[in-house]
Amino acid sequence: MAACGGNNTTTSGGKIGGSVDFLVVWSGSELDSIKAVLQPWEDQTGVTVNYESTRDQDAVLTTRVQAGNPPDIASAPSPTLLSKFAGQGKVVALDSILDMSKLKSEYPQAWIDLGTVNGKLDELYSWGSLKGLVFYDPKNFQAKSYTVPTSWSDLMTLQQKIKSDGTTPWCIGLESGAASGWPGSDWVKEIVLSSAGPSVYDSWWQGKTKWTSTDIKSAWTTWGQVLGSGNANVYGGKNFMVSTNFGDAGNGLFDSPPKCFMHNQGSFITDFFVKAKPSLQPGQDFSFFPLPDINSKYAGSHVVSGDTVSIFKDTPQSRSLVKYLASAEAQDIWVKRGGKIAINNKVAVSDYPDPISQLIAKSIVAAKISKYDAGDLMPADMKNAYWSAVLQFVQDQSKLDSILTSLDKVQSTAYTT
Amino acid sequence: MDWGTFVTHQLPIMLVVIVGVPAVLVGYIVGTELLVRRLPDALRPRVRPWIWVGPALLFVFGFLVLPAFGTFKASLENNSGQFVGLHNYQVQLSDFPSGGSWIAIRNNAYWLVLYTLFVLAFGLLLAVLFDRVKYETIVKSLIFMPMAISSVALGVIWKFMYWYQPPGVTQTGTLNAFLGLFHQDPRIWIQDPSIDNFAIIGAAVWGITGFAMVILSAALKGIPGELLEAARVDGAGEITIFRRVIFPLMMPTVVVVGTTLVIFALKAFDVVYVMTGGNFETDVLANRMYKLLFFSGNNGAAAAVAMILLAAVVPVLIFNLRQFRAVEARR
Repeated sequence: MAACGGNNTTTSGGKIGGSVDFLVVWSGSELDSIKAVLQPWEDQTGVTVNYESTRDQDAVLTTRVQAGNPPDIASAPSPTLLSKFAGQGKVVALDSILDMSKLKSEYPQAWIDLGTVNGKLDELYSWGSLKGLVFYDPKNFQAKSYTVPTSWSDLMTLQQKIKSDGTTPWCIGLESGAASGWPGSDWVKEIVLSSAGPSVYDSWWQGKTKWTSTDIKSAWTTWGQVLGSGNANVYGGKNFMVSTNFGDAGNGLFDSPPKCFMHNQGSFITDFFVKAKPSLQPGQDFSFFPLPDINSKYAGSHVVSGDTVSIFKDTPQSRSLVKYLASAEAQDIWVKRGGKIAINNKVAVSDYPDPISQLIAKSIVAAKISKYDAGDLMPADMKNAYWSAVLQFVQDQSKLDSILTSLDKVQSTAYTT
Repeated sequence: MDWGTFVTHQLPIMLVVIVGVPAVLVGYIVGTELLVRRLPDALRPRVRPWIWVGPALLFVFGFLVLPAFGTFKASLENNSGQFVGLHNYQVQLSDFPSGGSWIAIRNNAYWLVLYTLFVLAFGLLLAVLFDRVKYETIVKSLIFMPMAISSVALGVIWKFMYWYQPPGVTQTGTLNAFLGLFHQDPRIWIQDPSIDNFAIIGAAVWGITGFAMVILSAALKGIPGELLEAARVDGAGEITIFRRVIFPLMMPTVVVVGTTLVIFALKAFDVVYVMTGGNFETDVLANRMYKLLFFSGNNGAAAAVAMILLAAVVPVLIFNLRQFRAVEARR
């Protein structure tokens, strides 16, 4: 056994050898990035990482765990799946594997709490992202002398102004295969957190606050005001929203003339911008402002998301790998490659490749109230119903009451299993 | 991956599979044949068939029959394995017409009728028409080609065909570009509940028509030329010949192809999964089962949907087998 105890594994020089099976959801350039992250560790420990990459992680991991043949380690882009296995006792607690005092000094407490199931640290967050960022093209804002809104009413005024100029305020795309609808659910949960506060937010995803309650319903109607009646504030209306992939929706910001002026999405979307139009310069061609606070009592609240890692088979290789992933040096490698925000606070802000990701990294630290994605915390049945509800809502906002009633019905059964 | 592990680990496994599997099969046949020869003459013909189909039966039993019973058991339990009677079925069949599995059941009915009818109609039409032209082989190969595409690729291709851009923007989807030629507004083909099921079934029909055409065409070629000639001599027109001679003779094949298509329609999954994921009221039972099992982790509900699907397929399956035997008997 190499590197027991809390030393930095990568400097302990222990050769472990052997191999570790790592199930990931990343493919393409993201897979290249995680390979680059783990390469120094592989060189150092002599362990070979066998990557298994799947976009259908729910099915693959569920089947493998049920068959008693899980991978050594799995990483998921949301805690839903791994929390499910943590609750069933299928994963190995990390408290005794990681140096907890070191972790506590390097990790924001909120992110340790988020990975704790039944009092044990079952999931480690390696990278995080921030939701509720409104992206815009500063050049377009300047040309029309629009200013960045600092309050919700400013945002509503700006929206009205853009409309009276004969242009469209928002680009929104909801298509995402079987997960279609989630980008709209992000809007609603941001509004719930910012208007009703963290305790309502928590009891809502825990299934204790009803969808038909005033707080949740008013979040939907607030979003309805953003969309406008008949979705008049959104480019292309409902047809565009339901048929456009979330990754393509924001590209309308950069058309000339622009199809829309604002696009609300998680921090990851900058990757999509640059892929679609490689000439875009972060900072000059696109920037963001956080979705303004609705209720000043809950100012600075943000919905966050992140990549989680869990150990399914307790081997020296998997122990060492998780320790490495918790370290600043591992997280820094992907940070420098772009597209990820490190959770470890030892990663220097100057390591982020562009001003936008620096701004995001600072916002993650600065957020006063951080809450995990409510949809991802809900039972899968509830989450899927939530996403479908978004699709129904944009098609006909007047049906909100019956949509919320059917969500209540799902809520009454989804939490019992 | 390097050459070292390939030579030391993977190559031996490959050799064992390539050499070992056929060796075991030949060994089984030769070995059991030696045993059968020791049996009395009268017994031999009765034992031999069972020896030959034995392995297949074993696999069917182990991988199909047993799991089917397991699924039935799971459909009567909740997630913690407690017996809940018919509760899962009740949930799936509650709140007609929009709750439970009803949308999926309705869509499977759409599939059953439209998919089967259109594929049969197109297949028959193409088979009969191409029978009369010189370039038959070429066109038939072309029409058959979509069969070589996996359903997932088919779904992706048609997603592009149905692509939507707002009015006034260049339409990149084939169908909406076509509508644009006639100054019609583009439609959201696979997100609009009033047309999306038909759009998806249309894509699936495109993919399978070649299959029906090839089999029906083979049946058509099996009709003796003298029969047709005799009908012509008697003064029958081509349409009458088709209705009174060709079609009745092809009927058994049409029924077999039709029932096969019905089974395909009932287990429709991949095209729906790729094109809409079951959203916008396009869900089908197989996709619903998949979602309940893997997304919701709701084993009992998924098993109940599987049993509903099985209950729908079994009668068709039995009918299909009977019909198949009838066709064979006529040969």
